[in-house]
Amino acid sequence: MKILVPIKRVVDPYAKVRPLADGSGIDLTGQNFAINPFDEIAVEEAARIKERDPSTQVTAISIGGPEVEDQLRKALAMGADESILVESTAEWDSPSVADELAAYLKDNPTDVVIMGKQATDDDNNQVGQMLAAKLGWPQATFASKIELKPGEAVVTRETDTGEETLSLPLPAVITVDLRLNEPRYIALPGIIKARSKPLNKVAPKTSPRLRTCMTGVESPPSRQAGKRVGSVDELLAELKGRGVLNG
Amino acid sequence: MAKALVIAFSSSDAEGAAAFGQALGAPFDILHFGDAPTDLGAGKMISASGDVPADALADGLKAVASGYSHIAAVSSMHSKDVMARLAGLLDAAMVTDVIAIASPTVFKRPIYAGSIIATIEVLAEPVVITFRPAGFAKPTRGGASTTETASLAGSGSTKRVSVSARASGRPDLTQAKFVVSGGRPLRDAQTFEQVIGGLADKLGAAVGATRAAVDSGIAPNECQVGQTGKIVAPDLYIAAGISGSTQHMAGIKDSKVIVAINKDPDAPIFEVADLGLVADLFDAVPEMTQKL
Ligand SMILES: Cc1cc2nc3c(=O)[nH]c(=O)nc-3n(C[C@H](O)[C@H](O)[C@H](O)COP(=O)(O)OP(=O)(O)OC[C@H]3O[C@@H](n4cnc5c(N)ncnc54)[C@H](O)[C@@H]3O)c2cc1C
Ligand SMILES: Nc1ncnc2c1ncn2[C@@H]1O[C@H](COP(=O)(O)O)[C@@H](O)[C@H]1O
Repeated sequence: MKILVPIKRVVDPYAKVRPLADGSGIDLTGQNFAINPFDEIAVEEAARIKERDPSTQVTAISIGGPEVEDQLRKALAMGADESILVESTAEWDSPSVADELAAYLKDNPTDVVIMGKQATDDDNNQVGQMLAAKLGWPQATFASKIELKPGEAVVTRETDTGEETLSLPLPAVITVDLRLNEPRYIALPGIIKARSKPLNKVAPKTSPRLRTCMTGVESPPSRQAGKRVGSVDELLAELKGRGVLNG
Repeated sequence: MAKALVIAFSSSDAEGAAAFGQALGAPFDILHFGDAPTDLGAGKMISASGDVPADALADGLKAVASGYSHIAAVSSMHSKDVMARLAGLLDAAMVTDVIAIASPTVFKRPIYAGSIIATIEVLAEPVVITFRPAGFAKPTRGGASTTETASLAGSGSTKRVSVSARASGRPDLTQAKFVVSGGRPLRDAQTFEQVIGGLADKLGAAVGATRAAVDSGIAPNECQVGQTGKIVAPDLYIAAGISGSTQHMAGIKDSKVIVAINKDPDAPIFEVADLGLVADLFDAVPEMTQKL
């Protein structure tokens, strides 16, 4: 079984981010970066599948600049067999990322793509579904449980009203949600050991054909801290006084 | 010329679909699953049905979408699943979670868990969009649209094995007027249901939860509110035992009045709450339930 895990390097999801003063983009000074948390869950899942079936081959792939090496090494430390850096400092929108990943998959037969449902920087939630569509593969988004069998993936996914379980013939694309697993902690020896695993740098097979671009950013209108009340009675009186509750 | 197809995946999305269509300022048709009024200002009301997995549904929608410059739907997990696949099939651009329209090719949307509002320019049509109806004015009603029925004949290889939809009997979280939410301190599912559910039922409110509460099995996954859960916009949002993380705030910023009940006076939720009560939720919430 061959598994591909696309990963994106993002600003630390717990950090505060601000627009640049001129509104032209995000102020990235002093920020730490990490694997997109959803992609980390995808790497973890692939690593667990490999632990159960050692014949599994796990490849992590990312499109980005040389700095993404850090995140690709972490994927190796978590259990991926090899990492591929599709090296490009250009801008890639979701359809372009999906086009490039599709081009990779056409040349490199793969049984299943496991990836994050959304990147925590752009919050797009697009690439996995676009990739599946471009390849004509079935998809299961927002997975909370994955079972791989020969030729088939059985995936439980989160829906607006609960959960459902799908059966997909392989090859397929699966995007993961938060409750699929809890990624392992990687101690230093793991990261050092990962240095002997291959990290290949390749040129993109496609050139990004931007269909959208970000022309500016701003801060959202901020909510002001309101009033402290001292008791439930006072709280209910305020809510009634403001017409939120009847009475 | 811009021409939009706005999709209402459930009958409760029909008004929101019209709100978006009217805000776009271009002719629009509405494709609706379930019932919809016919006076929403659309050119055509196109009725469709079919509860099939995303691959077959997107394939079916592709045929209906031809000829439109904009194909949009109310944001939900379902629409993100299907619309992004449709964008892939159409080789199209996509803009997720639109909250404002500057022009038919320039949209605003939150990024970084709502810490930043980005302006996105669409460089090529067609464009696929999901949008949050809370950002748009209620649609003007009047006139009758022509009606027709579309049969979606898409194919796909995914099979649905089982569905476990939990009918809570409570209002839909994303449309509710009141929401009562609880966090990690609620301990277990029974306590959550008793304390948070108890107040919610007294108010006729929907129930929400933080990721921490959902992850630890205290609340069902479909109750998660936030960056990676549902976006709510009620008149009243009551947050009990919720610290106020950026990720949770991303889902509640459009609430008219936010009430925070937290025993830590320095909890970040107080920085955004309209009314804050420093108290133990296990005292304050039952007291509220009882006094209402
Ligand atoms: C990629 C990613 C996505 C995420 N998406 C989401 C999301 O969509 N939604 C979301 O909610 N979170 C999300 N999170 C998690 C988020 O960062 C926080 O961890 C989470 O919101 C915290 O939940 P909480 O407020 O219930 O718990 P805590 O942060 O533990 O806060 C509990 C609060 O309860 C108070 N408290 C304790 N006991 C009592 C008591 N008896 N009475 C009153 N108050 C009490 C405490 O003072 C504290 O403020 C995401 C995180 C990541 C990394
Ligand atoms: N530059 C990239 N390189 C590799 N994978 C990516 C890249 N950008 C996005 N992805 C993948 O697409 C998923 C969804 O991202 P998005 O649609 O941007 O929210 C991410 O979780 C990654 O798995």
